[in-house]
Amino acid sequence: MLKINNLHARVEDKEILKGINLTVNAGEVHAIMGPNGSGKSTLAAVIAGKEEFEITKGEVFLEGENLEDTSPEDRAHKGIFLSFQYPVEIPGVSVTNFMKTAINESRKAKGLEDMPAKDMLKLIREKSELLEIDRKFLSRSLNEGFSGGEKKRNEIFQMAMLEPKLAILDETDSGLDIDALRIVANGVNKLKSKDNAVIVITHYQRLLEYIVPDFVHVLHNGKIVKSGTKDLALELEEKGYDWLKQETVI
Amino acid sequence: MAYTEEELKKELETKEYEYGFYTDIESDTFPNGLNEEIVIAISKKKEEPEWMTLWRLQSFKIWKDMVEPEWANVKYKKPDFQAISYYSAPNKKPKYESLDEVDPELLDTFKKLGISLDEQKKLAGVAVDIVMDSVSVATTFKKTLAEKGIIFCSISEAIKEHPELVKKYIGSVVPQKDNFYAALNSAVFSDGSFCYIPKGVRCPMELSTYFRINQAGTGQFERTLVIADEGSYVSYLEGCTAPSRDENQLHAAVVELIALDDAEIKYSTVQNWFPGNKEGQGGVFNFVTKRGLCEKNAKISWTQVETGSAVTWKYPSCILKGDNSIGEFYSIAVTNNYQQADTGTKMIHLGKNTRSTIISKGISAGKSQNSYRGLVQVNSRAENARNFSQCDSLLMGNECGAHTFPYIEVKNKSAQIEHEATTSKIGEDQIFYCNQRGINTEKAIALIVNGFSKEVLNKLPMEFAVEAQKLLEISLEGSVG
Repeated sequence: MLKINNLHARVEDKEILKGINLTVNAGEVHAIMGPNGSGKSTLAAVIAGKEEFEITKGEVFLEGENLEDTSPEDRAHKGIFLSFQYPVEIPGVSVTNFMKTAINESRKAKGLEDMPAKDMLKLIREKSELLEIDRKFLSRSLNEGFSGGEKKRNEIFQMAMLEPKLAILDETDSGLDIDALRIVANGVNKLKSKDNAVIVITHYQRLLEYIVPDFVHVLHNGKIVKSGTKDLALELEEKGYDWLKQETVI
Repeated sequence: MAYTEEELKKELETKEYEYGFYTDIESDTFPNGLNEEIVIAISKKKEEPEWMTLWRLQSFKIWKDMVEPEWANVKYKKPDFQAISYYSAPNKKPKYESLDEVDPELLDTFKKLGISLDEQKKLAGVAVDIVMDSVSVATTFKKTLAEKGIIFCSISEAIKEHPELVKKYIGSVVPQKDNFYAALNSAVFSDGSFCYIPKGVRCPMELSTYFRINQAGTGQFERTLVIADEGSYVSYLEGCTAPSRDENQLHAAVVELIALDDAEIKYSTVQNWFPGNKEGQGGVFNFVTKRGLCEKNAKISWTQVETGSAVTWKYPSCILKGDNSIGEFYSIAVTNNYQQADTGTKMIHLGKNTRSTIISKGISAGKSQNSYRGLVQVNSRAENARNFSQCDSLLMGNECGAHTFPYIEVKNKSAQIEHEATTSKIGEDQIFYCNQRGINTEKAIALIVNGFSKEVLNKLPMEFAVEAQKLLEISLEGSVG
């Protein structure tokens, strides 16, 4: 599904990613953990194609295709979804209208007609039930005046609507109380299949109790310094990141 | 030639001008320049009664002594008023034989707006075969209106057929001496629309210049007069979302609305005159005076979507004369490239318990300058007047400008005035967020702009709103990149 080779990226003069190697297969859940400033969100943004970051070395492949010259919107059309750590507000544009536009733009890119209104409504009903979202919420302006939890739940709702191949959840657990966390995690679990993959970026082990990863990677100073199974996450919870930082120095 | 009023009257009474020394201006386009002879000739050409000719001449006299205003936040080379021809016969001859001859860029825009082939032909000035459908629509339309006693015709026709109404109301809201362009328009107006809704009648359909049969050649000095008699209601649509490639650079229209006791007028405009090219060359100067008068319990609501013209100078206003009357102004003004707009409204509160609402949305892109200028005036006798104003500006890029000039004059202590203003910029984060969801930058901007303009778009009649939305999208194409 996703293959990253020796990826280096910088913003302005600052090198943030310093040689990332990562392979994610269909059906897998990967967790990327690491201290603040280790490059987790940058990695997510680079996979999504944010132009602010300059790739100085290495490649990102999606299903064998090099994404080098692919625009963010085309990456989205190919099935990459990023759940933002800080979702932006778009005043005056309802969640429904935003989703309708997003879905139809993707369909247009694939040479399909707009989704008929009837099917769209059905899809919205289905997915909002899955994430226990009040329908009234969908007519509100996108993220405007949403609580932290509502914003994150809205991100996962969008993921459900767009049915991506590769979903990257960037600190989706931050700002969520325990009930919201459970709802969001349940949603992600229900959407998981053998054909798609999920990358969960998080500081804490808490979310991984609900979304159980097949692999855990620790990112430090722009590199993956350790990979393992879900037990690694527990170990990190217990010992913190410092032992790894020391280990890499050695 | 200096006339006194009396001399002039006498001369006109003898009708010498019909056969006399004016005959040399018989051609379809008058020579450049403006003088009394030209004014008289325009009036004669339109077969107007004497009172109208006199009114025009009076206007011309006033105009001659006025100077072009300079207070607006716009810069342009002033037109040479003696280098303009003030009358052209309505263009009956089609400009083109088929659509193949029309500028492909224009056709492309038509296509994006979803305009039908027949309409495209009509708008571009291509010869159209008789379209049974549109003829029958227009006929049914006229019949329905006539049954209700509604008069809807060109102002030239109204001057001849309904002189008592025109005489009573023309210049009653926008006097000849109101301003430089209004005086000019009063002297030389080419044509325009007239509408009268009788007492207690609710006009059953949106009145639109589109349906008026002899709409061709309203020209650069348009004059519109809408009268809603006591307890009546009318919704009037002006303009067209299709780009108007007019060769006349100067447009100075006057629109007067009269809402008598308990009447309501809703006036919606979509204006898309040629804004000039990307380098800022060419383009229409649009200097418009629009004003409405509200009597007791009456309501006037202006809604405008302005995307065109190189220079816009326009302030649709309400005089809230009657007690409990209501004035509303909802506006979206888009400027791109080198466009300049100075637009807003005036709400003059004279009566008791009068209310006004102003919602202005300015969108600036490219190197354009977009100004809101508004006046809220509460007279000493206007007890309990209320106003709410909201001016939002949206900037795209770093080279455009948004300006707000709100004037508030309150002479009565019971007034409640609220003013809110915001300025925002389309952020890269917003664009990337949309991109990530599969929405390209162009479409993302359209979405954000539509969201920003929603409160105003919602005030437009349904079919107009859809077109206006598309128009916003097209106007901002290529503004980011």
